[in-house]
Amino acid sequence: MTDKEILQSYLLRLADSDMILGQRLCELCGKAPALEEEMALMNVALDLVGQARNWYEYVAELEGKGRDADQLAFLRDAHDYRNLLITEQPNGDYAVTMARQFFYDVWHYFTLKGLVNSSDERVAGIAAKALKEVTYHLRRSSEWVKRLGDGTEESHRRMQDGIDLLWRFTGELIQADDVDQQIAAAGIGPDTAQLTNDWRGLVKEVLQEATLTPQPDDAWMYLGGKRGEHTEHLGFILAEMQFLQRAYPDAKVW
Amino acid sequence: MYAQLVETGAKRVRTLEEMSPEERAFQERVDAEIKIEPKNWMPDGYRQTLIRQISQHAHSEVVGMLPEGNWVTRAPTLKRKLQLMAKIQDEAGHGLYLYSAMETLGADRDEEIEKLHSGKAKYSSIFNYPTISWADMGAIGWLVDGAAIVNQVVLQRTSYGPYSRAMIRICKEESFHQRQGYQILLDMMRGGTEEQKQMVQDSINRLWWPSLMMFGPHDDDSPNSQQSMAWKIKRKSNDELRQMFIDQTVPQLEFLGCTAPDPDLKWNEERGHYDFGEINWQEFYDVLKGNGPCNRERITTRKKAIEEGAWVREAAVAYAEKQKQRAAA
Repeated sequence: MTDKEILQSYLLRLADSDMILGQRLCELCGKAPALEEEMALMNVALDLVGQARNWYEYVAELEGKGRDADQLAFLRDAHDYRNLLITEQPNGDYAVTMARQFFYDVWHYFTLKGLVNSSDERVAGIAAKALKEVTYHLRRSSEWVKRLGDGTEESHRRMQDGIDLLWRFTGELIQADDVDQQIAAAGIGPDTAQLTNDWRGLVKEVLQEATLTPQPDDAWMYLGGKRGEHTEHLGFILAEMQFLQRAYPDAKVW
Repeated sequence: MYAQLVETGAKRVRTLEEMSPEERAFQERVDAEIKIEPKNWMPDGYRQTLIRQISQHAHSEVVGMLPEGNWVTRAPTLKRKLQLMAKIQDEAGHGLYLYSAMETLGADRDEEIEKLHSGKAKYSSIFNYPTISWADMGAIGWLVDGAAIVNQVVLQRTSYGPYSRAMIRICKEESFHQRQGYQILLDMMRGGTEEQKQMVQDSINRLWWPSLMMFGPHDDDSPNSQQSMAWKIKRKSNDELRQMFIDQTVPQLEFLGCTAPDPDLKWNEERGHYDFGEINWQEFYDVLKGNGPCNRERITTRKKAIEEGAWVREAAVAYAEKQKQRAAA
């Protein structure tokens, strides 16, 4: 891969992960446990899809094939999607929703913190705006993990179940592959070892305060999203999300 | 918007002479256009009417998220998706804001929501219609938010202070939603394929009459309106508002290049208004009684959300309690 292709591949992970998690949160519209949560969930989703758009626009420019952000989001199939597997996991109960959000937010926060200092100015600019939003996302999901973990007996059980259910998808957040390493080496993205340490450190800290138990660092991990190998869920997400663009291929405006 | 049939408990409006001294002072304050505030004395009927109207309005904002939630996962472009998400978020905000205004009257949010779930409280009938194409997201913004604005602009002058202030804030956002909705339709009519244009016309055909029903029954069949008007909770009658809406909407409809499913719709030079056909009132009352296409689904979804979220809310309370004890220790 050329340097440009590596950058595109890396940016698509950011874009697709934001997009798919935003899509999952959209599914919760009208189904949140309280009206305040309706607002907050839609707010987080709005931030994520907005960030996805910024990343897609940059990828489209780098590609130079005449594709725009919409075509990247709505006309690629699952094997071309590079989102982290955790983002495509179903909403489950509110504990699962919050476990997914928390694991993702910690990764997102430390990744963006690294990207803010990127040698690529465009990346640094998009990351700086996103970091403000994600700082709030992380504060919110950390609070919910603590509330549910240290709330009632039932909420504690559900929250621990959520953590255990999704733990296998967290390896992908912190295990660097070639693309991650080359992006770090080029000074574009965060230092990979530091990202791993930061993620583990904060997750353990919050879980401890929430009276929850993390799984061991060497637990088995489910990988694949970064190279386009997804769980069964993504196909259905895309079928729904891309419906109009697929059903009306001749439509030029919407 | 979104309050169509609000009981006032009054058979007829009483004269000043028939009123007790405090009720008379209240009515004189209302007549002098001085806002009633939560701490002021108010007749029980006024309080109950407002609780019913504001809660209906709040419920409508919340239930109104569902037909849009039906399409937010399928929005065709990033721009349209973001717009729809922002609109839904605004509606949740309006709901919260209105419930707060309602609570200034001594009502309890959870109790009122329980009435919604048991079918005792109403919400706007329009949200019991299905959203079956993307064009419905445009038509809802344009027609439904448009109808809401006509009502709410007038409600900015309603006599109860907190409700009036809520309306001022909400109106600004609703106008934005309406323009976005219209733009969805206009873009499809201008640059869309034949299929997209048909989608727009079909959506208007389905949502036109239900939008007109949003203003409630004819004035003659609206016994509660008179008392609400005397209390200046309502400022214009149902038929007046409906006419205002039609007069401002028909030119927009023509600009789109679409038609309304009403053969009697035509400009009346003499009246200076559009004439229009008779609403199917049987359908209106059916939907209001729970027999619309989506009444059951809407309420079931809301009930399920609140019931399945009970353990989450309990946990939040328990955690807050523990934090308080820890802080005190």
